[in-house]
Amino acid sequence: MIPTPTMDMKQTVDVKQTVDPMVPHWYRVTRRHKENADTFTLELAPADGSGLAGFAPGQFNMLYVPGVGEAPISISGNPEEPEQILHTTRAVGTVTKAMARLGKGDVIGVRGPFGNSWPVAAAAGYDVVIVAGGIGLAPLRPAIYQILDHREQYGKVVLLYGARTQEEILFRKEIAEWRSRFDVSVGVTVDRATGNWHGNVGVVTTLIPRAPFDPSETIAMVCGPEIMMRFTVKELRQRGITDDRIYLSMERNMKCAVGFCGHCQFGPKFICRDGPIFSFDQIRPFFGMREV
Amino acid sequence: MRTIKELISEHPFFKGLDEQYLDVIAACAHNVRFLAGEYVIREGGEANEFYLIRHGKISLEAFLPGQGAITIQTIQEGDVLGWSWLFAPYRWHFDARAVELTRAIAFDGRCLREKSEEDKALGYELMKRFSYIMVQRLQATRLQLLDVYGVKA
Repeated sequence: MIPTPTMDMKQTVDVKQTVDPMVPHWYRVTRRHKENADTFTLELAPADGSGLAGFAPGQFNMLYVPGVGEAPISISGNPEEPEQILHTTRAVGTVTKAMARLGKGDVIGVRGPFGNSWPVAAAAGYDVVIVAGGIGLAPLRPAIYQILDHREQYGKVVLLYGARTQEEILFRKEIAEWRSRFDVSVGVTVDRATGNWHGNVGVVTTLIPRAPFDPSETIAMVCGPEIMMRFTVKELRQRGITDDRIYLSMERNMKCAVGFCGHCQFGPKFICRDGPIFSFDQIRPFFGMREV
Repeated sequence: MRTIKELISEHPFFKGLDEQYLDVIAACAHNVRFLAGEYVIREGGEANEFYLIRHGKISLEAFLPGQGAITIQTIQEGDVLGWSWLFAPYRWHFDARAVELTRAIAFDGRCLREKSEEDKALGYELMKRFSYIMVQRLQATRLQLLDVYGVKA
């Protein structure tokens, strides 16, 4: 039976949770890969050699750099390849800048995984349109992996990705691979370009009107800066996708990751505990409000 | 082979246009083709056409001394290129160049301006459609200006 999108979107995974979710496990950096000028991917393995925790696409871990601090970072690897755990982030704050300086063999604390997941299972039988902006492609990549690993279960699969410049496009090699498949439609656009870019120029929302999907049979997954998501929702609704089938990852102000501290309260919800992924009909009254 | 009128009626820009206006507009139109790299319009040149893109991609460019051509936006299948033909002094504000082989329908702006003067309802219909495109492009440009992917921290 194909699940319907009205069912509970939370997917259960066999997660090796810490006894106390506030206590980090120690991991070692096994590889650091530079994605672009300020974005990097850390590949981690448990420092004690134990097995890795599983995760669902869209979940995040709290990564702790000793002596510096902790930050929520989305898991960007393939949930069906549990031998590696990848986190992709941008060096913008104190903690992520410290992470950017880590190298192979360095130790980092990991709490998690936390949060719910993209409705990958519930999207079976539907067209799927994935709209990502900037670093927002990282938390969507696990969902893309999973959808493509089970490609036959979905209708049309469309990825629309917007970046600031061509130099800032994430996961270039994979985007090229996805683009070369005959069963995925990939649109990439940049905000600014010079002469050697022959792709699209303009905001990612401009790709939506002509994207090949059937709005009445589509589930959308969206991640990027909130303002980009706001305009994306507008375009998706204009195409005819209903609010209960538009999913957004709301990653802001998360501190404890378990719903204790209240930093990420968003109306009646805690993003870390109830999200970070919400269907638009769940958050519509608060979405776009200046103070929630 | 499909007629110009049929091609126009199938293009999203003229979707739902009255049959009588399709005939008038088709009389001012012809098919064009641009090879990759070929300029469609040049900044400062006389603006007496607009184009419905049927296939391909066109980049809207501004030339910055020392930096060369900067692409502001790309326009492709289903889009419309050019609204400077509507407003005096009828000069293009940017360059537009085919990124790849592009097929389009070109419209004679002078012909349409004259017909719009004769039939204000046609003029209003054209104005409504172009205004919608202008507002869409303005909103998209505003979003681009916000530099939403830039570093904020």
